[in-house]
Amino acid sequence: MSVVLEARNIVRDYHMPGGLFSKGKTVHAVKGVSFTVEKGKTLAIVGESGCGKSTLARILTLIDPATAGELFIQGKKVDIAKGDLTKDLRREVQIVFQNPYGSLNPRQKIGDVLGAPLVIHGNVPADERRERAMAMLKKVGLGEEHYNRYPHMFSGGQRQRIAIARALMLNPSLLVLDEPVSALDLSVQAQVLNLLADLQDEFNLTYVFISHDLSVVRYIADEVMVMYFGEAVEYGTRNEVFADPKHDYTKTLFAATPRADPESIKARLARKNAA
Amino acid sequence: MALLEIENLVVEFLTSTGMFRAVDGVSLKVEQREVLAIVGESGSGKSVSMLAVMGLLPWTAKVTADKMTFNGRDLLSLSDSERRKIVGKDIAMIFQEPVASLNPCYTVGFQIEEVLRFHLGLGRKERRARAIELLTAVGIPNPAERLSSFPHQMSGGQCQRVMIAMAIACNPKLLIADEPTTALDVTIQKQILDLLVKLQAEHGMGMIMITHNMGVVAETADRVVVQYKGRKMEEADVLTLFENPRSNYTKALLAALPDNATGDRLPTIADYFKDGSEIAGAAVS
Repeated sequence: MSVVLEARNIVRDYHMPGGLFSKGKTVHAVKGVSFTVEKGKTLAIVGESGCGKSTLARILTLIDPATAGELFIQGKKVDIAKGDLTKDLRREVQIVFQNPYGSLNPRQKIGDVLGAPLVIHGNVPADERRERAMAMLKKVGLGEEHYNRYPHMFSGGQRQRIAIARALMLNPSLLVLDEPVSALDLSVQAQVLNLLADLQDEFNLTYVFISHDLSVVRYIADEVMVMYFGEAVEYGTRNEVFADPKHDYTKTLFAATPRADPESIKARLARKNAA
Repeated sequence: MALLEIENLVVEFLTSTGMFRAVDGVSLKVEQREVLAIVGESGSGKSVSMLAVMGLLPWTAKVTADKMTFNGRDLLSLSDSERRKIVGKDIAMIFQEPVASLNPCYTVGFQIEEVLRFHLGLGRKERRARAIELLTAVGIPNPAERLSSFPHQMSGGQCQRVMIAMAIACNPKLLIADEPTTALDVTIQKQILDLLVKLQAEHGMGMIMITHNMGVVAETADRVVVQYKGRKMEEADVLTLFENPRSNYTKALLAALPDNATGDRLPTIADYFKDGSEIAGAAVS
């Protein structure tokens, strides 16, 4: 198995400059996180808001540089602060954001949304762009009739499909999914998760799946990393982490997740009647 | 006598293409001290039906019902000024986005005290004392200092606690929580749900929990109403709903939970309804 993504001791600090009366401050958003992801696998990153998961996502997607640490993509060391970022590298890694309402330009037709990556990365003629966009629309469960529509004409689930389609236009090897289903309804969430699983099989994609929903993580992940205040407090295969959580925070997280099985409802009702 | 009784509620919106029916003949009842959960996906009319109870819908909405009573009073024939005396006092509501539902220009203390002044006519000192008491009740540390904080200085979970404090300020008989935890983390969600259930038991309130999260339903509700496209699909007590769901829609909803995934694929609503027409006939009451 080839390793698609490897991170060694990734650190990211944000410096806040001081003002006239206040001293500058440094926020340690990510404090030395290491992991590897193999081709075709899914790594899930779990944690509460402010724990650094999205900062990490931006580093992995080569949007922001890491303050320290090494990042390897397809075995090649990448440091965008040193100007390693090439177009070829950029097409290897793509991202899908959390909010499908905010991540699409309202004045751009869907066809142009999907064609834009092809315009930027190489000279693809207009009719071929159109063809490939049409094909991708069908892959993600939309139709050719959607090509000329604007984002506001779509539901949240459809928009998320469009965002996924856009990310896949350049055949990336790694897809970073930053809470891709947390804004969606349960039934739509199921459809999008199925779509992601199908696409992974078809294109042999590697996912870094960021989420705070443990039931989704249990369903989709091969490996799980739990982050807490910028540190990876737990890292292992899905079964290891779910069967035997080691860190206190992971245990709290499991205890806080609402359970929807009849046994726990019975237990709750019994507690309530006793009180 | 039921606390809230709604029969055959219809809400229609005036749109450029004619009337759009958001809620289509929903009937429900909430007893005293009962937690009713209304479950459904977005567009199922669950929020709109409760906004109709509160009288918070815009003028483009047309609300009709055979019966809509709260504590024996007819809500349909109330004038606006009479309704304002009930809403916020006897019926209170908590909204989905805690940060957006507080006014960013006023301190949280001012916003809580406003409720007390308007509905209870308390004096300045009494208001302040009661506000501190309320913030303590919802578990905010240093309540006296926090009164002079602005919403942007607090976290999402704390803002939701402030919203809850405002809602319970006048000891309402009915608390409507519209997706109170959707915007929050699981650990915070747990705290807020525990707080709501505790307050509900302590004050003996009726509570309506609007949500699309089956886990939240399982953790809080006594009875559940499942809504889809403005219609009621099923009504059952919480255990029956999870053990023996009768309507196909509920079955589909439960099967779509990643927790219950058996095979490689999650079943979706579409797997249960090959063509959309079946869904209308699938309702059981």
